[in-house]
Amino acid sequence: MKHIYIWGGILIIALASVVGDVLLARAMKQVGDVHALWHRAGLRTVVARVLSNPNLFLGIAAMAVAFFSLLFTLSWGDVSLVAPAAASLTFIGNAFAAKIFLHEKVDQRRWIAAVLVAAGVALLAG
Amino acid sequence: MTFRKYLVLAGVTVFGAAGDSMLSQGMKQAGNISLHHLSSVILAVLNPGVAVGIVLLLGFVVLNMNALSWADLTYVLPATSLGYVLIALIARFVLHEQVSLLRWLGIALISGGVGFVAGGPVLTSHLPDENFATPEEPELTGITPGRES
Repeated sequence: MKHIYIWGGILIIALASVVGDVLLARAMKQVGDVHALWHRAGLRTVVARVLSNPNLFLGIAAMAVAFFSLLFTLSWGDVSLVAPAAASLTFIGNAFAAKIFLHEKVDQRRWIAAVLVAAGVALLAG
Repeated sequence: MTFRKYLVLAGVTVFGAAGDSMLSQGMKQAGNISLHHLSSVILAVLNPGVAVGIVLLLGFVVLNMNALSWADLTYVLPATSLGYVLIALIARFVLHEQVSLLRWLGIALISGGVGFVAGGPVLTSHLPDENFATPEEPELTGITPGRES
């Protein structure tokens, strides 16, 4: 029973993290390069444009869900299982989600990077 | 890539790693959280380690947003995963913890993954949005266009 809780928690953390990462990335792409924008229009414009983006707040809400799911799951399972498992699943999930929702060109190079990092993070638990 | 952008990526890496470490340290002191005692979550947040961890992670979020404004998600995530390597190296050489062979292998894999994206383009996505600003320096080089897996 405890295993179901732990793995359910890990899946919720990973899912919420992917949703949060994708929404945040989408929001910041809509804002545009903040260095260039700051240079062109000043810090106030950057802050105003970031804070007026609804995707940002949806992303933060998803990240809050991921954060509190992590706190709960860490109280049920070992950090050496929960953190790497959730991080690995998030890396792979993000590669799929970025390709589908952000239209990033996830080429062979990036798939290999995502898989290497996910495997490496999983091994760090060993 | 300008020097400032490399600094932002380094900041994402260091703040994320330091924030996670502090949070983990704090949660060990704060003890178990139960679904039946939700107030224990508030108490956990008041723990100094957890609080400092949250502040560091806020810095991580701001720098991460900065990076995501000019780079792909699938570039930023692997590029900043060196934080895991950083934590393992601190554990080995500062805290003198034993780092197993499997962990060294994990470090090697992550470093390899970082090397893979580092040589590729920084930005490939173009959202159809009128606010979308053109990056100062197009980086769409080094990879066959349209080659998707």
